[in-house]
Amino acid sequence: MSDALKSKIQDVFNEPGCGTNAEKSERQRKKGCAKPLTPGAAAGGCAFDGAKIALQPIVDVAHLVHAPLACEGNGWDNRGAASSGSELYRTGFTTDLSELDIVMGYGEKKLFRAIKEVIEAHNPPAVFVYSTCVPSLIGDDINAVCKAATQKFGTPCVPVNAPGYVGSKNLGNKLAGEALLDGVIGSIEPEECTPYDVNIIGDYNLSGELWQVKPLFDKLGIRVLGSITGDARYRQVAMAHRAKVTMLVCSKALINLARKLDERYGIPYFEGSFYGISDTSQALRTMCAMLVEQGAEADLLDRCEQVIAEEETRVWKQLDAYRPRVAGKRVLLYTGGHKSWSVVSALQELGMEVIGTSVRKATDDDKGRVVKIMGDDKHMFENMAPKDMYRMLKDAGADVLMSGGRSQFVALKAKMPWVDVNQEKHEAYAGYMGMVDMVRAIDRAVNNPMWSELREPAPWETPLTETRVLPAITGSCPVTGVPAGVGRPVSLVPPMPPASSAPAPVTAFVSSATDFEDC
Amino acid sequence: MAKLVHPKRALSTNPLKSSAPLGAALAYLGIERSVPLFHGSQGCTAFAMVHLVRHFKEAVPLQTTAMNEVSTILGGADQIEEAIENLRKKSNPAFIGIASTALTETRGEDVPGELKEIVSRRTDFADTQIVYASTPDFDGGLQDGWAKAVEAIIDAMVPPSTERDPELRQVTLLCGSHLTPAEIEELVRMVRAFGLEPLVLPDISTSLDGHVSDDWSGTSQGGTPVARIPDVARSAFTLAIGEQMRKAAKLIEDRAMVPYRVFQSVTGLKPVDAFVRTLMGLSGMQDPPPSIKRDRSRLIDAALDAHFHTGGLKVAIGADPDLLFSLSNALTSMGAEIVTAVTTTQHSPVIERVAADEVILGDLGDFERSAKENGAQILLTHSHGRHAEHRLHVPLVRVGFPVFDRIGAQDACRVGYRGSRAFLYEIANTVQSIHHRARPEEFGAAPIAEEFEHVPHVASC
Ligand code: SF4
Repeated sequence: MSDALKSKIQDVFNEPGCGTNAEKSERQRKKGCAKPLTPGAAAGGCAFDGAKIALQPIVDVAHLVHAPLACEGNGWDNRGAASSGSELYRTGFTTDLSELDIVMGYGEKKLFRAIKEVIEAHNPPAVFVYSTCVPSLIGDDINAVCKAATQKFGTPCVPVNAPGYVGSKNLGNKLAGEALLDGVIGSIEPEECTPYDVNIIGDYNLSGELWQVKPLFDKLGIRVLGSITGDARYRQVAMAHRAKVTMLVCSKALINLARKLDERYGIPYFEGSFYGISDTSQALRTMCAMLVEQGAEADLLDRCEQVIAEEETRVWKQLDAYRPRVAGKRVLLYTGGHKSWSVVSALQELGMEVIGTSVRKATDDDKGRVVKIMGDDKHMFENMAPKDMYRMLKDAGADVLMSGGRSQFVALKAKMPWVDVNQEKHEAYAGYMGMVDMVRAIDRAVNNPMWSELREPAPWETPLTETRVLPAITGSCPVTGVPAGVGRPVSLVPPMPPASSAPAPVTAFVSSATDFEDC
Repeated sequence: MAKLVHPKRALSTNPLKSSAPLGAALAYLGIERSVPLFHGSQGCTAFAMVHLVRHFKEAVPLQTTAMNEVSTILGGADQIEEAIENLRKKSNPAFIGIASTALTETRGEDVPGELKEIVSRRTDFADTQIVYASTPDFDGGLQDGWAKAVEAIIDAMVPPSTERDPELRQVTLLCGSHLTPAEIEELVRMVRAFGLEPLVLPDISTSLDGHVSDDWSGTSQGGTPVARIPDVARSAFTLAIGEQMRKAAKLIEDRAMVPYRVFQSVTGLKPVDAFVRTLMGLSGMQDPPPSIKRDRSRLIDAALDAHFHTGGLKVAIGADPDLLFSLSNALTSMGAEIVTAVTTTQHSPVIERVAADEVILGDLGDFERSAKENGAQILLTHSHGRHAEHRLHVPLVRVGFPVFDRIGAQDACRVGYRGSRAFLYEIANTVQSIHHRARPEEFGAAPIAEEFEHVPHVASC
């Protein structure tokens, strides 16, 4: 790892904007927020994965992964960040390093040529070059290659230095933010600025979530200048330094970016979420208030209240239709962070009972909210082993599991409805309309008549009451015509070697556990 | 026949191949109560796991030695030991299959030696079988990783033997990576129809077939029982499906003198005939079971119906060598023309046998370009081919790994008489699904003059 990368990592770990971090001692802080991984019990993506998640939604950029096959080959085009324009971001570009490239040290040269080829073929506004474990280990200097390529070809080549083995996805997010700060943001000036320009950081427009809240901005005349990075164009990111306010969505991961935008360009930020009704309203209020502070017309506040009132009335009316269908259902929430509580109140209002919520990755503040909303902390838990969760669901301790993809099959295999509420989901649940979609998804899941059918016993689990109608099997297999018998566990009996004794009549065909049909 | 061409370029666009460690993991998942373990950084495992889960729609146990920069440089023996220990505590697997990755291979470690040392020192690990395969990402693809894992399993677990039980009607079915669970099932059914008892290795047909069991386990949900693997040495014969299984079959022969035959394809009339012929010989049955004969006659009927659609059909196909060969061979035998063939790894002699002028060692970028240039009428590759499908407006038949935008990928069966029949229908129906209405202009004729057209009266009110 180069010294530059080391100090970068040190720097992002030393995040004053992060509450958890501020409470740590100097030594703890140096260690970073990443816990050391346990071999054989680790889960989750690497730093490269995190960087890619954060940056790939920039749709018109060519994302070039400098790596042997594993990093891009197994992972390209696997996320649902939606684009309203270019599809280039979905194309998987990689240097696909071979053994020869690695042993002979051809890596940098190959990367330079790959950049050239991608620019020639697609002429993108920029090329993002991702470093990964192997090139980092053998010392390929992607910064130097990017610099040379930018000079030579005139297309900005942005190095994203987050090789997988330096840490977790979360660290990768942060390093991606740094890459944008160092190489992109501030490089293009917008033609005109308005007092209603905002940055949205940390929303990747998965399944179009950003579009669920965009109509609200449109109504208020707020312009998303810098989107980092949902449905973003390169130019948008490059102009993010001219926004008036930054909203940091749902996540602490990119807080370094928000804070540095504040430091360098004086753009104040706030943390908010579009997940849940009250959160959405709160986020709009805060955003408008901050814009006014920054020089927007004061009537924005009134317009904002008006929009909130209209939208809330409308959404509750829509939700009420579902009340009889979902009331009384017991929900187990297994997400984490602020999602531990942000939808709880809405679910409760609709008569659902939230029997538990996991508080992984949640701050003390988040935990406080859970206690407040749910009355006590009895329903809070950290992690649940898949085995325990399976048992709990199987014993019908809940009516529906709402979680991320990882526990999908724990629920399904326990014949329990499941609603996807994490990043990889296929449906968008943001803003007011997203809440309706989520409740509709819960309704669709729990009220499917399939569940009761599936849980019925199999025919052979109830004792047979009818008597046998037909005689027992004798003679040969009805399918193959081969005579059965001679007391072997093999189903069919070969013609050789000739059996000395006459085949005994067979009373039942022996079949193995893996049998599918025939005798 | 076919020449293998390596495009001269530094940039790979839209990878076709999946990585070798992933192939190894998949093979390990065909062992009962197993957990595959990647020796590398955690990210590779996460990507591979997502990849597998998206294809099979199943929870897939897959773990990592969680190497970081420091442990990579110092060597990862401790990480391996710790990983095994933790895995045993957590899910008590009967089998742990280790696959190396690009990272640990770049550093270069003597893992087999270190593993030997660990296993001899840690006697408490005795009830878990541990196998290691070297599968660097930068060499070959999924199929190579799979083959290496199977070889490693045999190498570690099949004892030398000279004894043969003449009463035992057991044959080993060595399955290549290109077989789906349903395809393994179909082959097993055929073998059994001849009264032979197949011992399948590795057997993903019982672990990744998609079923609901009564309890949750952190290991594979089925597969070849660990205790049965040494019995491979006692089989009368080894049926190796796919050229990639040749080395493994050879290894068994060397160890236990079990003769073998490699079936480069079991799709299409002739290849399945050869398979059946072998089963006839093994079982001494001149007259195969009626079900087999019936299935053959139905395949012939399907071929009669399908050849109108497959004759002259221009096909673009992108897949690992064994799948590429078996499917393209089945299609060319039905009169189709392979205008584009792209594959993932050079390590296979079947590439030469593909009925195309050239086979490109490349990616889906090459696939799309060549399919366009050569006017392909149908595309066969995995789900990532959907982008080419949209851009070229040519229908895609999803084959190989991964298939993530359709469910039931494990149930696709294109082997045996039955599977070949289904395959022909699949191709013919895809061709028919392209709705094309002929227009006079296409033939150079002038369209009907407008004056002849009936103009509906505008309703007067
Ligand atoms: S851990 Fe390293 S080698 Fe593995 S996917 Fe991440 S960057 Fe690539």
